[in-house]
Amino acid sequence: MSVEHELKNVAPERLEVDGVSKSFTTKHRTVLALDSISLKISEGEFVCLVGQSGCGKSTLLNIIAGLEQPDSGRVLANGEPVTVPGRDRMVLFQEHALFPWLDVMGNVLFGLKLKPGLTDKDRLEVATYYLRLVGLEKLHHSNIHELSGGMKQRVALARALAPNPRVLLMDEPFAALDALTREQLYGDIQKIWEARRKTILFVTHNVREAACLGDRVILFSPNPGRIRKEFAVNLPRPRDINSVELAHYSTEITAALKGFTPGEGLEASE
Amino acid sequence: MKRAITSLLFFALLIAAWQIAATSGKFSRVMFPPPSDVAEYLWESAGEGTLGSATLVTIKRLLVGYAVGLLLGIPLGLFTARFKIFQDTVGVLALGMQALPSVCWVPLALVWFGQTEAAMLFVVIMGTLWSVIIATSDGVRSMPPIYLRAAKTMGSTGLHSWVRVILPASLPYLVGGMKQGWAFAWRSLMAAEIFVTILTGFGLGQLLHYGRELLAMDQVMAVMIVLIVIGLLADKLLFAPWERFLHRRWGTGTLK
Repeated sequence: MSVEHELKNVAPERLEVDGVSKSFTTKHRTVLALDSISLKISEGEFVCLVGQSGCGKSTLLNIIAGLEQPDSGRVLANGEPVTVPGRDRMVLFQEHALFPWLDVMGNVLFGLKLKPGLTDKDRLEVATYYLRLVGLEKLHHSNIHELSGGMKQRVALARALAPNPRVLLMDEPFAALDALTREQLYGDIQKIWEARRKTILFVTHNVREAACLGDRVILFSPNPGRIRKEFAVNLPRPRDINSVELAHYSTEITAALKGFTPGEGLEASE
Repeated sequence: MKRAITSLLFFALLIAAWQIAATSGKFSRVMFPPPSDVAEYLWESAGEGTLGSATLVTIKRLLVGYAVGLLLGIPLGLFTARFKIFQDTVGVLALGMQALPSVCWVPLALVWFGQTEAAMLFVVIMGTLWSVIIATSDGVRSMPPIYLRAAKTMGSTGLHSWVRVILPASLPYLVGGMKQGWAFAWRSLMAAEIFVTILTGFGLGQLLHYGRELLAMDQVMAVMIVLIVIGLLADKLLFAPWERFLHRRWGTGTLK
């Protein structure tokens, strides 16, 4: 397999969540984190899951990633049941989860080294391509602790993109960053999504962020975790988080969200 | 450069003070020899080879025992952290054994193995093993679980995740444990060599012991100096490269 072939866009995956339920038992009570959730995400769609902290949206993402198992129901990726993590579905975590014992390049190479059919030279070339895509090709020998929060999340993004997955699962990846860095990353993620055509599921508690990024915004309510409403965001891309049209959408979504949650833990207007 | 000069000056003054005190006539030269006598002994015994061969014997015992201790301790530590059955057995055992000063193994080792290399090895391994097990297992358990989750999504499973994720993630603890294991092994070996004549080879501990019996304090002090130098070299050669790597990668422990 050649580098050109490896770098070619792969067809994005269709995701289907079919009646997934999951509960957690703590010392005092049992929480129904997901109550028979059904959801379809088409090929190449950008879907945002919004809800307050602890509403089960991260659990759903983990189940789609194959990192957790549902109590009942199933997840299908292109019609195939998901039971374990797979290279076709990469995850971007809230904590960047980069490995401190490797440098930037080592981190991006980690997943590539586990991908068969490539020579070491190919892998290096592929990793360099993705580092360039996130704008960090000059930092390939840097140590992780030397990077800013935004840079770390960019490296994590390059690492997730490197094995050329069909789906990107993003679990509040920008929540810990400052507002300016976040705005830059909104632009970047839209560009990358245009360039690499992935199906993206993006979990957040920030309504405006969801409206800025998603084709669809799906509202979750906690206890039991359920899908309450969904919005289609029909705005041209690239979208600016500060635009008036976007504010209109986020006001509407926030109002809906307030209708069925006590209103805690939301970031409506940041 | 300035710091090096400060250090040098300090040690020069220390040795000068020792020389003046020892040759002042207030003390018996036999009991408290001046550094010049110690240097003379070092020079002569290095020339005739007694010091060199004793050093070799000791270092060989230490390195072999230490290596075995690490080879056993690191995997056992990994298992202890990841499997309940090991945690409830080996983990508890290691905790108890670590509380025992490793010199206490000497009498048992001599009864079991006689005055042989095996006895020395046994003592060094017992000194190393338990603290390495505990440090490894602590290291693995303090690893953020997100590393393993991230590795899993990239296709890392089984042995790959042990070697490429769990082990390097616990490196900061591991190096700490290896240093502690080394210190324990070194102390227990010296104690064993001083207390017992090992028929299969005379190490530095024996040289120290005979120095006392012959009332040759210049020999005793010379051996002590060799021991200090070995300790410093071990730190520089065995651990400093790891620590530099840790500081660079993790960005921890930087002075100033």
